[in-house]
Amino acid sequence: MKDFLIPFDGPGGTGLKNDTDMGTPARVSATMVTLTVDGFEVTVPEGTSVMRASAEIGIEVPRLCASDNMEAFGSCRLCVVEIEGRRGTPASCTTPVAEGMVVRTQNEKLRRLRRGVMELYVSDHPLDCLTCAANGDCELQDMAGAVGLRDVRFTPGQNHYDPSGTGARSQAEARLRQPEGIANPQFTPKDDSNPYFTYDPSKCIVCSRCVRACDEVQGTFALTIEGRGFDSRVSAGMKLDDFMTSDCVSCGACVQACPTATLQEKSVAEIGTPDRAVVTTCAYCGVGCSFKAEMRGDELVRMTPYKHGKANRGHSCVKGRFAYGYAAHRDRILNPMIRDRIDEPWREVSWEEAIGFAADRMRGIQKTHGKKSIGVITSSRCTNEETYLVQKMARAVFGNNNTDTCARVCHSPTGYGLGQTYGTSAGTQDFDSVEDTDVAVIIGANPTDGHPVFASRLKKRLRAGAKLIVIDPRRIDLVRSPHVEAAHHLALRPGTNVAVVTAMAHVIVTEGLYDEEFIRSRCDWEEFQDYVAFVAEDRHAPEAVEMLTGVPAQELREAARLYATGGNGAIYYGLGVTEHSQGSTTVIGIANLAMLTGNIGRKGVGVNPLRGQNNVQGSCDMGSFPHELPGYRHVSGGEAREVFESLWGVEIDHEPGLRIPNMLDAAVDGSFKGLYCQGEDILQSDPDTKHVAAGLAAMDCVIVQDLFLNETANYAHVFLPGSTFLEKDGTFTNAERRINRVRRVMAPKNGYADWEVTQLLANAMGGGWTYTHPAQIMAEIAATTPSFAHVSYELLEEKGSVQWPCNDAAPEGTPLMHIDGFVRGRGRFIRTEYVATDERTGPRFPLLLTTGRILSQYNVGAQTRRTDNVAWHEEDVLEIHPHDAETRGVKDGDFVRLASRSGETTLRAEITDRVSPGVVYTTFHHPTTQANVITTDFSDWATNCPEYKVTAVQVSPSNGPSEWQQDYEAQAEKSRRILPAAE
Amino acid sequence: MSSSTDLKLIRMANQIATFFESQPEGDRAERVAAHLRSFWEPRMRDRLFAMMETDEADALTPLARRGAEIWRDAGQAVPAGSETR
Repeated sequence: MKDFLIPFDGPGGTGLKNDTDMGTPARVSATMVTLTVDGFEVTVPEGTSVMRASAEIGIEVPRLCASDNMEAFGSCRLCVVEIEGRRGTPASCTTPVAEGMVVRTQNEKLRRLRRGVMELYVSDHPLDCLTCAANGDCELQDMAGAVGLRDVRFTPGQNHYDPSGTGARSQAEARLRQPEGIANPQFTPKDDSNPYFTYDPSKCIVCSRCVRACDEVQGTFALTIEGRGFDSRVSAGMKLDDFMTSDCVSCGACVQACPTATLQEKSVAEIGTPDRAVVTTCAYCGVGCSFKAEMRGDELVRMTPYKHGKANRGHSCVKGRFAYGYAAHRDRILNPMIRDRIDEPWREVSWEEAIGFAADRMRGIQKTHGKKSIGVITSSRCTNEETYLVQKMARAVFGNNNTDTCARVCHSPTGYGLGQTYGTSAGTQDFDSVEDTDVAVIIGANPTDGHPVFASRLKKRLRAGAKLIVIDPRRIDLVRSPHVEAAHHLALRPGTNVAVVTAMAHVIVTEGLYDEEFIRSRCDWEEFQDYVAFVAEDRHAPEAVEMLTGVPAQELREAARLYATGGNGAIYYGLGVTEHSQGSTTVIGIANLAMLTGNIGRKGVGVNPLRGQNNVQGSCDMGSFPHELPGYRHVSGGEAREVFESLWGVEIDHEPGLRIPNMLDAAVDGSFKGLYCQGEDILQSDPDTKHVAAGLAAMDCVIVQDLFLNETANYAHVFLPGSTFLEKDGTFTNAERRINRVRRVMAPKNGYADWEVTQLLANAMGGGWTYTHPAQIMAEIAATTPSFAHVSYELLEEKGSVQWPCNDAAPEGTPLMHIDGFVRGRGRFIRTEYVATDERTGPRFPLLLTTGRILSQYNVGAQTRRTDNVAWHEEDVLEIHPHDAETRGVKDGDFVRLASRSGETTLRAEITDRVSPGVVYTTFHHPTTQANVITTDFSDWATNCPEYKVTAVQVSPSNGPSEWQQDYEAQAEKSRRILPAAE
Repeated sequence: MSSSTDLKLIRMANQIATFFESQPEGDRAERVAAHLRSFWEPRMRDRLFAMMETDEADALTPLARRGAEIWRDAGQAVPAGSETR
């Protein structure tokens, strides 16, 4: 047998493993089949194609229409082989292996056949290879070489590539021959409507890989082959559509699949083909996709999804694949800046002066106002190593626990709810688990927009037969999209999650659908008895809560039955669960449902929080919360404090610090005066903007470390330029607890990686830190945090990634949690009483506003607004139901005034029945809108997570910006003035 | 502290108590106390305790008040961490 080893390039390398396309997908089977290919024996699972079996032993059969991320299609006829005892020359991609099969992939007959096929392809392909963007990266070119094509016998006739119709073999030649324009009816001009890639029909070989990638990988079904025979061409949508007007979501799967330059990144056409690649992790959502950053010199040519990435399995979305232009955007601030007062212009200064200024101010504040008068905010957009250092700054240098993170405003209830019920603050599954799911329940999440790559994986499973239950006030895309339709959509009223989840438990309990064996063996039986008595009360019946929730009782009953009896049931949830006054209670209710039905501890089931940002999980793991040290250990615990005290040589405060909302309250009250805010824009992202602004304005020193002068920086005294994920080493931990490497592919444009900036500031305040590489920070994390004990950069290089816990008990990580028992011992059922939020509609504010995000934009938009993604979403709009619009005299596209008791703003209305009557919806991606001027200071009872999802509002026609918007714009403009640096 | 912060603290304490009010009887007030001790920063604690000496505490629900009293009277002896995350 031939050697076929996956090379490992060792620690500190690029992370690249063998990227060979095996032609067709892998198969899983208990039955193994042995065959012979070109005299070499190979054993593969039953169902494997002959093409893949050949590839397993390093024999690459020529092909054009096959790729290992989609099912075999058998159209190009290039992969023909001979099989002993069988007639003809079958396609190796569509022919499954058989025991004892003897295959020949190369002989004179096959060579002749393949050359003939290639001649036909090339006869209708422009011969402009030297000026083609895919030159050197073209499978058609490669295959021409592989089959030994030396001549094309067919004279140019009817074709798709020559616009002149004169027999020109390239478009340059055609322009010379026919300068008047297109004379060939078969020729279709290039479609460059998409900002990131072009579609050139003249180069298309109609292999259908793009269409199949859109169908099978992405699940959007935007592409098709129109026409028949010679007229066949790829088409996006209807006849008059281009890529931009079609249903295409710009995930890039078609571009990735295209074997020619038909679908080609514009960046490659502009820069040239890459000459090296480094594996890294996307800096957008919590799926944490692995990408190859493909480089030429120190210029990023493109980001392509990495096929060995265990979260994304080779897929991507428009943000990770294309929206990286912000890294080189002209708005980036690359020099440190300071100012005495926030009404002064910024002064560019040296790093030394900026750090010295910041350190003096912070120490001065502490001297005047006490040790606890300053604090930090860590960011889920920063690496584990960076967040670890920022919380260490608070605890070891500032001497207090005033550290919080943006997870406060998103998934802090997940930590509380799952911690209480299961004993650990994390999702239970890996993303691969969805492939074994029979019933998926999506609660308060919109995966096609917020977590698109997971959504594609889910849709694939749904197309294979799994059932879907959606619990959401809006009709999200998953409710009904091509080849996917939810079995049940429970369109509940915002704020009634607990009532719905408890009613589902009522059905499961009263109809005897719970898994008693699981509960007896895994959960506290006494607590279960109490819980059963609670949920069985009539007041929790679907019929009893229907008026409250707006969910038809029968629909809810059927959904509960399906979840309990439909096989492997998995719950995925998002901020529509957590960002409520009862966010923690709903998380507890979800955990109860999974325990009730025994849907914990194996593949295909579980409770899965979809984390909004790339490192929400990691920033929480790293001790960013003010009451917990790294590894979720309370600061009051002497044993845990001792670990850090002995290592850091300081005494750690044993009392909790301030959470973000508490910091702002204390600032307004005058006892909190200094903030170091890394990578977050709390003015735009946190609720009740006016209160946030008042808190920031009341501080004596606000230090913002960011790529851009964000909205928070309007109130800052020190600006420390940040570095992008392309410019530093580190790790992100995604929603499945997977620790992935972030690798530096270029030098920081600002001069320092973010962890270095934190170290400079810490040392200016007497920290005495001596880190020279993030690997050392991870070593410290591993040494102090039991769930990370075995994590190291060397292990990550070797394994690609690992999921925590990763320690003596699980040296290679833990893909699934709670297999043999819950982390806390026995699973704990907790009563979930519905309590209506204090935020009520009434005559002044009769509608309920809920907020969310869309596919092309990310969080506060600081990154995506500085990319061509604005082509899809250049402003926030307000979704309003036709009935509500009509009664207010609002037409589609009108400017409307959106007002709550907190404030008001204006934005355009979009009339849609996607929202129910009485509910309006908007996004918070644009600072000119500032949706959070509207949201209130109400929050989750357990964690202070803001209640973004329920605000009582009124909508009325408007002529222009609100007073707040006008004032804010003027203030922001004034605040962003920068004086030139002193000579 | 400002009156708006005071009102927030009272609302937060009442929200916490409302949750534990729905839990099995026996140690509800102790659990309120443990939750407060686990999450509240000393400034918030001190303000709450100060309000308990005034009429402002009338706005606390009985369970919230009882929990706060347990915390005030027992101080560090209230177990923190059992109500974390």
